[in-house]
Amino acid sequence: MSDRLVHLDVLRYNPETDTEPHFQRYEVTCREEWVVLDALNAIKESIDPTLNYRWSCHMAVCGSCGMMINGEPKLSCHAFLRNYDGVIRVEPLANFPIERDLVTVADDFIDKLKRVKPYLIPKQDKSIAEGEYKQTPAQLMKYRQFSMCINCMLCYAACPEYALSPLFLGPAAITLAHRYNQDSRDGGRNERQEVIASDEGVWQCSFVGACSEVCPKAVDPAGALQQVKVASTLDWFKEHLLPGGKP
Amino acid sequence: MERIDTDVAIIGAGGAGLRAALALAEADPSLRIALISKVYPMRSHTCAAEGGAAGVIKADDSFDLHFDDTVGGGDWLSDQDCVEYFVREAPKELLQLEHWGCPWNREADGSVAVRPFGGMKKQRTWFAADKSGFHILHTLFQTTLQFPSITRFDEYYALDLLSDDGRCQGLTAMEMRSGLIKHFNAKAVIIAGGGAGRIFPFTTNGAIKTGDGMAMAYRAGVPLKDMEFVQYHPTGLPNTGSLLTEACRGEGGVLVNKNGRRYLQDYGMGPETPLGKPQLKTMELGPRDRVSQAYYHELQKGNTVTTQWGECVLMDMRHLGEKVINERLPLVRELAISYLGVDIVTDAVPIRPVVHYMMGGISTNMQAATPLPGLFAAGECACVSLNGANRLGSNSLVELLVFGKSAAMSAIAHLKTLPAANTAALQARAEESQARIRELFSRTDGTESMSGLRKEMMDTMEKNVGIYRTEAGLQEAVSKISELRQRYRKVVLNDKSNVFNTDLFQVLELGCMLDCAEALTVGALARKESRGAHQRLDFVERDDQAYLRHSMVYYQGLAAPRLDYQDVVITKSPPGVRDYSGGHK
Repeated sequence: MSDRLVHLDVLRYNPETDTEPHFQRYEVTCREEWVVLDALNAIKESIDPTLNYRWSCHMAVCGSCGMMINGEPKLSCHAFLRNYDGVIRVEPLANFPIERDLVTVADDFIDKLKRVKPYLIPKQDKSIAEGEYKQTPAQLMKYRQFSMCINCMLCYAACPEYALSPLFLGPAAITLAHRYNQDSRDGGRNERQEVIASDEGVWQCSFVGACSEVCPKAVDPAGALQQVKVASTLDWFKEHLLPGGKP
Repeated sequence: MERIDTDVAIIGAGGAGLRAALALAEADPSLRIALISKVYPMRSHTCAAEGGAAGVIKADDSFDLHFDDTVGGGDWLSDQDCVEYFVREAPKELLQLEHWGCPWNREADGSVAVRPFGGMKKQRTWFAADKSGFHILHTLFQTTLQFPSITRFDEYYALDLLSDDGRCQGLTAMEMRSGLIKHFNAKAVIIAGGGAGRIFPFTTNGAIKTGDGMAMAYRAGVPLKDMEFVQYHPTGLPNTGSLLTEACRGEGGVLVNKNGRRYLQDYGMGPETPLGKPQLKTMELGPRDRVSQAYYHELQKGNTVTTQWGECVLMDMRHLGEKVINERLPLVRELAISYLGVDIVTDAVPIRPVVHYMMGGISTNMQAATPLPGLFAAGECACVSLNGANRLGSNSLVELLVFGKSAAMSAIAHLKTLPAANTAALQARAEESQARIRELFSRTDGTESMSGLRKEMMDTMEKNVGIYRTEAGLQEAVSKISELRQRYRKVVLNDKSNVFNTDLFQVLELGCMLDCAEALTVGALARKESRGAHQRLDFVERDDQAYLRHSMVYYQGLAAPRLDYQDVVITKSPPGVRDYSGGHK
């Protein structure tokens, strides 16, 4: 196992002392198999204890450690040093305000998650004593992929629409709404539709697909948003053009 | 100091904390619930649980069988009244999750599917691929979003419990983005702060698992129970320590040594079962303590494989085939490929035992109540005495739910009996808590580095408090941890900023870990027997005469802790022999 001297330019910002963010260069000995997060941990442990970032699981499931690495949104626990040459540039996730160093303010994303009503609104009430709602493997597969989102916010950092229009609900939140809409146990689509088919909703998406490219869990939010658009269009036709549709 | 008045404050927003919040919100919409966590709920370590959650659901299974597996798996240190309650509640809780939308795997007819798990005589582990904990956590979190009575305080670091008049009445916590300390004035407090695996250097546990909740309760006078029982999961990735779920073996994966021998048959878990036909409760489906201990003996015999990441044994899943692996173990495949460069479809993966779970924790009764009125605890931070000396895989995700709910119900009962609070006294306690933090900022005589102390602690635990323990090693650990606790008073805070100061949080977390480590080592030194996950090379037998009881460690400030014992509740299963030989003698 060989060691390697790695250089990182890390964005630093302390709102109490800095007027604006600046880069700080670190030089740290790393093992070849390490990820960028390991390098940051080595810096914090032995070079600079004042460097700040979020992390926990180190296995790409808790969603804490998203950052821009050489300009791309990545989970730093899943960004392998072997894939980088030269100086590695590490910045906080784009499109979010910086709280401190690599830590961003996540309030907007958290608020958007809540607005799409991401919980089961049962089609049919059933007591626990009556057992489970039946759901075939095929019905499960219809939404399972969309239930894999770890809320890491990389898709927001990649989304050109969110960058332009912060009101946009964004890829993860709309995908989560779609996940429940597609669940055979759920009957809440109409309630969610008020939010996701609104001006801030799915029509803002220009289908660039950057969200799906950066998603570390292959959730394919772009695919989900496309499905939502098709379904919303069908709704419109049903409402406006079919006999018996609502006025 | 800002004061936040609430009815129930919950510390920790993982599986247990979220379940408690939901139970409170459903039971009484008028209750004010403060859900306080140092991370956003979906970052909680519940998300890393993979294999599944146990609950009797199929026709060939019974509560008695789940009871027997759990009590035997725990080497008879479980409180049996608690286990009886748990096995009956388990299926209800798992169904409740199903009703909240959890994407459990299904049978062809649409009913919930179950899989085999270690130490379980029947298939009863509900699962969502190998991301069960992740789905449970997100389902619970998302479900809480519909309840306006749950107010979240995300990224608040809990500092101290506030007690007066003999009962717990709130806590202090620091808002991490501002550094402001807030006084949560609560009629009841539930701790659901997770385990403390980070006191060891090689662990499946995320960075946040630093025993904060355990230490808070311990410092408030609540005993830590059975702390010496630390679970090693047999199959961790040798470099990062990431977990490869027990479901690998449940689905049919086998463990082999460097000679290709399925060595578990040499440690009372044989005879060998046919490849691809795992049999319940034997060989690779033995309990975690036994399987991890077998690794140690293989290491002593020179039967391990030398890899660039150290000594390992191999887990072979190739015979499962790509289709089964992708359908049931996708995360395992992904982890092994990305972190180790090994594809389990084509190669056996090197693994070794890794610190995974604390059986011990904050002492509670079956109602999730601690001895301190007004304080309740649930989840890994608690020791309700379900798991005894060794937890069976897939019992802990259910434990979060069953006892998270119990804690909520007990808290509600407690609210009904309360006299008026002495606000001035509580405010004084909150000021003391704030002063403790201010002292860290103003300290000028600091000499010790946080990362240095932390490394010494981890090295000591790894060297002396591992899978097998000895008197001399434990003596060394006890005195070393005691020394580190003294030196911790001189730790230096390098970063004096108020905004998201992770140097500060790591210093505070280290203080918590040292207190937990002390309780753990003291309990281990005093337990002169081998039981479950606590194995002594100098006392190799289980000793029911002397040690069929829970160790209870009481905090004494900087002095050595006080150790006491509490009887184990035996209702119907007298201590017996743990048999994982598949019925063959």
